[in-house]
Amino acid sequence: MTRTSSLSLWRERLFGTPFTGFTSVVLVVLIAWIAIPLIRWAVIDATWVGSTRADCAPGGACWVFIRARFGQFMYGLYPVDQRWRVDIAGIAFVLGIAAVVLAPQRLRLKLGLVMLVVLPPLGIWLLSGGFGLRDIETREWGGLMLTLFISIYASLIAIPLGILFALGRQSELRIIRLISVIFIEFWRGVPIIAVIFLASLLLPLILPGGIGIDRLARAVIGLGFVIAAYMAEAVRGGLQALPRGQREAATALGLNYWKATGLIVLPQALRISLPAMTNEFIALIKNTTLVLVVSILDLLGIAQASLADPNWVGMNMEAYVFSGAIYWLICFALSRWSRSLEKKRRL
Amino acid sequence: MSSFLSFINDKRVRDWFYQIALILLLVGLAVFFVRNASENMVKAGIASGFDFLWRTSGIEVPFVLTNYTQADNILALFWVGVANTMLVTVIAIVLATLLGFALGIARLSSHWLLSTIAGAYVEFVRNIPLLFFVLFWYFGVIAALPQPRQSIGLFGVAFLNNRGITIPLPDAPGNFRWAALAVLVSWLCYWLASAWARRRKERTGQDAPLLAIGIGLIVVVPALAIAWASLATRWDIPVLRGFNYRGGFVVIPEFVALLAALVTYTAGFIAEIVRGGIESVAKGQSEAASALGLRPGRILSLVVIPQALRVMTPPLTNQYLNVLKNSSFGAAIAYPDVVSLFMGSALNNTGQAIEIIAMTLAVYLVIGLAVSALMNWYNARIALVTR
Repeated sequence: MTRTSSLSLWRERLFGTPFTGFTSVVLVVLIAWIAIPLIRWAVIDATWVGSTRADCAPGGACWVFIRARFGQFMYGLYPVDQRWRVDIAGIAFVLGIAAVVLAPQRLRLKLGLVMLVVLPPLGIWLLSGGFGLRDIETREWGGLMLTLFISIYASLIAIPLGILFALGRQSELRIIRLISVIFIEFWRGVPIIAVIFLASLLLPLILPGGIGIDRLARAVIGLGFVIAAYMAEAVRGGLQALPRGQREAATALGLNYWKATGLIVLPQALRISLPAMTNEFIALIKNTTLVLVVSILDLLGIAQASLADPNWVGMNMEAYVFSGAIYWLICFALSRWSRSLEKKRRL
Repeated sequence: MSSFLSFINDKRVRDWFYQIALILLLVGLAVFFVRNASENMVKAGIASGFDFLWRTSGIEVPFVLTNYTQADNILALFWVGVANTMLVTVIAIVLATLLGFALGIARLSSHWLLSTIAGAYVEFVRNIPLLFFVLFWYFGVIAALPQPRQSIGLFGVAFLNNRGITIPLPDAPGNFRWAALAVLVSWLCYWLASAWARRRKERTGQDAPLLAIGIGLIVVVPALAIAWASLATRWDIPVLRGFNYRGGFVVIPEFVALLAALVTYTAGFIAEIVRGGIESVAKGQSEAASALGLRPGRILSLVVIPQALRVMTPPLTNQYLNVLKNSSFGAAIAYPDVVSLFMGSALNNTGQAIEIIAMTLAVYLVIGLAVSALMNWYNARIALVTR
C-alpha cells in the first residue's frame, strides 16, 4: 500500500502534467549525460590499488596517486617521523573543545578561558618545536594541517578584535565609533589576496629592523585582520538584535560599561550571532587557500604543487577532486551546524 | 579637592579622556611604524614618493585593452591592470546574475527534480573555495582543451583551444563607435519616454504603449545598430597558420578561466539571495494576484519580483562588490589584473611597496565606495514609501 502511494507520489512529482514530464525527461537526460561519464571515471574505470603511475588504467581515475600522496595532502612536507606531533596537537584541540562543551554549565566559562590560554601556545610548541622537541620550520608545514592551523589561529586574532570593533561601532563615543567604522570598512573593502601580499610585504617593513617575522605568521596576521572586520559585522548583528532594555537594566543595576557588556550584553549577543560567525569561519577556511600566492602550501596548494611531480603527470583531476571533496565536507558540515543553531534560536 | 573628584568622575570628562588616550596611542603606533619603515627603506636604498610612476615599465602584458606597450610608463601599466580588473568584473557580474536568477527561481520551482538540482548546485558551490574553481578551470579544464590545430570551432569564426579563445576583431572600430552612440541615444530616449508616460498617466490616467516603445528602443534599435556596424565592417577572422591562429583577438586562457570560476561560484550565492528575496514576499501577495486573474508569469514579474528586489538589492550589491574583490584571485593564475600586474610585477621591479600597495587598495576602496553610494541612492528610490 505504502509502496503504491509513494510510487504515485513520484509519478505525480515528475510527470504530473505534460510540461512537468517534458522538463523531467530533459533533466534526467542532462544528469545522465554528466553523471555517467563521471561515475565511470571516478569508480568503474578507476584504479584503487597499486604503487606507481604505471599501475593505473588509462581512462579512469588513478586513486593510487592520492594513496601515495596522502601523507603530503595531510601534513605537507612535515618530517614523517615527527607527524605524531601534529596528531597530538589535533587531538588536544578536539579534546579541549569537547571538555568545554561537555562541562557543567557553571564550569564552562572558566574551563573555556583556561583552554584559550593553554591550547594555542601548546599547539605552536608541538608544531614548531623547541623545549626538547626538534625545531621544524614553517616552510615544511603544509596540507590540511596548515589549512586548519591558519583558520584556527587567524580566528583567534579575528574573534576578539571583531568583538571589540563591533562594540566600538555601537559605542556612544563618537571618535571610537569613527575609528571602528574606518577599520571595519577598510578591511571589508579590499581583496583578501591583496591583504596577504600587504602583510607579507609591509609587516617586515614597519617593524624595527632586525625583527624577523615568520612568513606564515604574516599570513595569519593579515587574514586575522580582514576576518576581524567581517566578524565585527557578524557580532554587530547580534548586538543590534538584543533589546536596548538589557543594557539599560544592567546600567540601572549599577554595572559599569565593561561589566554590563561582559555579563549581560555579550553572552546574549554572541549566542545570536554564532551562526553568522560560523559562516565567517567557513569563509575563512575557504580564503585560507589564498596563502598560495605567498608560496605557503595549504591543502589546495599541496594539491596544486603535486601536479608538478614528473612521476605523476596528468593527475590534475584526481588532485582537485580529492582536495575539493575535503573542503566541501568541512564547510558543508559547518554550514549545516550553523543552520541548525539558527533554527534552534528561531524556535 | 571635591571639585577635582567631581571633575574626574564626570562621565563627559572620562569619555573625552578615553578617546584622547586612544588617539594618542594610535598616533604613537603610526609614528613608530612610519619611522621604522623609513629607516628600513633608507637601508634598502629605496626613495619614497610617486616619481617611479613615470619610469618606463618594461613589463610585457599578454592581455591589453588600451594601446599600452612595454615602452610606456608604470602609470600606464597601472591603468592596464585597472581596465583588466574592470573588464572581468563587469562581464562576470552580468553572467553570474543571469545564472544566479535562473538557479534561484529554479530552486523555488514546483518541479521537484528541477529544484533539487538547483539546490544541489548551490550547496556544492558555496562550500568550496573560489581559488579551487579558478585553478580547476585553468589547469583542469582549459589546459585539457585541444591544441590550436584541433581547435573547437564556434560557428567558424571563433576558435576555442588550450591557448584561449580566438575571436574575430573588426578592422576599423569606427562603425562600432557610431553603433554604441546609437545604442546610448536610444536608451536615453526610452528613459525620457517612460518618464513622460508616467507623468501623463498620473495626469490623465491613460496608459502609453510603453512595452512596444521599450522593446523598440531597448532591443530593436540597438540590435539594428550593431548588426549594421558588424555588416559594414571588414572582420579580421582568425586563420590557422602553422601551430597557432593568426589575426583576430586572443582572449587569454587566464581570462576565460577566471571568468568561468567567478560566474559559477558567484551564481550560487546570487541564487540564495534571489530565493531569500522571493520567499520574503508574503504568500498573500501572489495569492491575491492570482485571485485577480493574473497568469503565473505576470504574477512573478509584476507582483513578486518588484517587491523581492527591495529585499535583494543590499545583499546583491555586496555580492557584486565581492566579485570586484574576488577578481583579484586571477593573480593566482597570472591573469594581468591590477593586483598581479601592479602589486606583483611593478612592485618586484621597483620595490616601492608602500606607494604601490596604497594605490592598489585605493582602486578597490574608491570603486567600493562609489558603488555603495549609488546603491544607497537606488535603495532610497525603491524603498517602500510609508505615509
